[in-house]
Amino acid sequence: MIELAIGIMLCGCALGAGIALIAGIGPGIGEGQAVAKACEAVGRQPESKSAVTSTLILGCALAETTGIYGLVIGILLIFVAPGRFVDILMSAIGK
Amino acid sequence: MNEKAKGRLIDGLLLAMIIVPFLLAITLRVLYKPAEEGITISGALVYLEIPLPLQPLLVTEAMVNSWAVVIALFGASLFLTRNLKLRPESKRQIIAEWVVEKVNGLVAQNMGEKFMPFAPYIAAILGLSAASSLSSLLGLYPPTADISVIAGWAIITFTLITHYKLKSGVGSYIKGFFEPIPFFAPLNIIGEVATPVSMSFRHYGNVMSGTVIATLICAALQGLSKSLLGWLPGALGNVPFLQIGLPAVLSLYFDLFSGCMQAFIFAMLTMLFIAQADPAAE
Repeated sequence: MIELAIGIMLCGCALGAGIALIAGIGPGIGEGQAVAKACEAVGRQPESKSAVTSTLILGCALAETTGIYGLVIGILLIFVAPGRFVDILMSAIGK
Repeated sequence: MNEKAKGRLIDGLLLAMIIVPFLLAITLRVLYKPAEEGITISGALVYLEIPLPLQPLLVTEAMVNSWAVVIALFGASLFLTRNLKLRPESKRQIIAEWVVEKVNGLVAQNMGEKFMPFAPYIAAILGLSAASSLSSLLGLYPPTADISVIAGWAIITFTLITHYKLKSGVGSYIKGFFEPIPFFAPLNIIGEVATPVSMSFRHYGNVMSGTVIATLICAALQGLSKSLLGWLPGALGNVPFLQIGLPAVLSLYFDLFSGCMQAFIFAMLTMLFIAQADPAAE
């Protein structure tokens, strides 16, 4: 019985990690749009390339934040959460 | 001549002050936990537990490494600013002036002349964060991959923000939460607390995920070279040839670029938030 409980827990952790990485969609679209606009800006005014590039990199790093949140949650769910949850289960049933 | 020898000695001591903390941190790590087969992904090691009434105080690897970074940066600043002259002669004074000028320019551009006393704080944040992230190049656990280190910096920034918001009076600070209509109060409070949380998570998440991804790729390359090149005779079969080169390219992005970028963003957000919170700015 306890194997089943642990199996369900690991399954939940793995599924959760996968679902958490859906957060990557948002920054992907956002950064793509930012890069597209930056390309347009450079095409229109090639002399402002360095200013556009530095602003773009700063903005991309900011927009990446939500994706990083998802990644952190995924990493924690895979590497940290299973051990913690199994410990909690074991102490709950008194083993 | 005696003066010159004395200057050399002090220079040497200061240089040792930059290098020795990192060596000590590496030695401590190696002595505490020798390298082992396979990969492990874990948080910072706990070196020492000091028993206290409420809960034990943990002395972790991240804390020790950040002390090393602090001492090394202190030594570097002392080394660069020794023998200052009105007309710069030595290279180190030119470097020191360049750093100070850059930070002053950054603060003046983003916060305005009024906030110039903040330049040392911003420079400290930039230097600490960049040096902490770059310390992973030496094989140390980067202190910025531990959320408690970053959270400390974010709390300092949050305190400064709140200090400047309170300058317009406690009443109007509290009233600010009930705008535009009182219904928004919970949302405004969450938004206020979210500032340090998002600042610390952004930095910590970037550095930590970089470390984890680099470890995973190293392990994958080891396995791949074992299965692809395992047929080579003798000891050659055990050498992970695929691990040569590729991890260095990744470290260029994850350690160098990402670390410096996040340090810059953290300092930038600190400046912008503090300048925004000042009631005189509006």
